[in-house]
Amino acid sequence: MIAGISIYEILTLTSILFFIGIYGFFTRENLITVLMSVELILNASAVNFVLINTYLYPDLLQGAVFSIFIVALAAAETALAIAIIINLYKLIYSVEVKDTETMKY
Amino acid sequence: MERIIFYILAAVIILFAVASVTSRKILRAVIYLLFVLIGIAGLYFLIDYNFLAAIQLTVYGGGIIVLFIFAVLLIHHVELELEKTALKKKLIAGLLSAAGLAVTLWAISTYPFPETGSAYTSVEVADIGKILLSYEDGGFILPFEVISVLLVAVMIGAIVIAKGKKLTENN
Repeated sequence: MIAGISIYEILTLTSILFFIGIYGFFTRENLITVLMSVELILNASAVNFVLINTYLYPDLLQGAVFSIFIVALAAAETALAIAIIINLYKLIYSVEVKDTETMKY
Repeated sequence: MERIIFYILAAVIILFAVASVTSRKILRAVIYLLFVLIGIAGLYFLIDYNFLAAIQLTVYGGGIIVLFIFAVLLIHHVELELEKTALKKKLIAGLLSAAGLAVTLWAISTYPFPETGSAYTSVEVADIGKILLSYEDGGFILPFEVISVLLVAVMIGAIVIAKGKKLTENN
C-alpha cells in the first residue's frame, strides 16, 4: 500500500494506460507496433491485479500470483507473435496490417 | 514523499505511453515502451512487491524489449518512418478510447471500495514460492505446471515458425 494514495488514484492511472493501449491498437498499422500496444494493455491489467490484492485483501497472495502468470503469458505471446511476424516478412516482405492477407491460407 | 514519487511515476508512465503509441520512428517507440515498463516496475517497488518488480525488469526490460528491438532491426531500416495514420481514423480511435475511459472512470469512482482494517505487510519471495507449489486449497500447483508446459510449447513453436519455408517457389 502506498501511503497517502487511495485506490481510486491508482486505478485511474491504470485505466488511462489501458485506454492508451487501446488507442494504439486501433491506430497503428504495423504489426510490431500493434503488439507493443497489446503489451501496454497487458501491463495495465497486471498492475490492477496487484493493486486490488494490496488494497482490498492484504493478507492474500492471489493477485501477485496472477500477475506472475500474466507476465509469463505475455512473454510467451510476444515470442510467438514475433516469430510469426518474422516469418511473414520472409514470405511477403512487409509487416503492414493491410498487406497480411496470406495468413488466411 | 511517496505521494510525490507516485505522481512523478504516473506522469512518466502516461507521457511515455502516449509517446510510444504515437511516435512515427519505430525504434524510438520501442524505447518509450521500455520507459513505461520501467515506470511500472517503480510502481511495484512503491507497493512493496519487490519480487514482481524484479520480474518486470528482467522479463520485460531484459527479454521482451530485446525481442522487439531484434524484430525491428531484422525487418526495418533504423531510420524508417511509419506511415501517417489518417486523421479520421485517429479521431474515431481517440473518441472511442476517450468514451471507454470515461465509462471506466465513472464506474471506478462510483464503486464503494471497502476499507480494510488489517495492516499490509510486504510479501516475502518464500511465500510466493510456497503458494505456487502448494497442493492444498488455494494452491497454484496446477496452473504452475500448465504454464511450464505452455512455455516449452511456445519455445518449440517459435523456433519452428521462425525457421519456416518460403511458400512461393518463384523467389
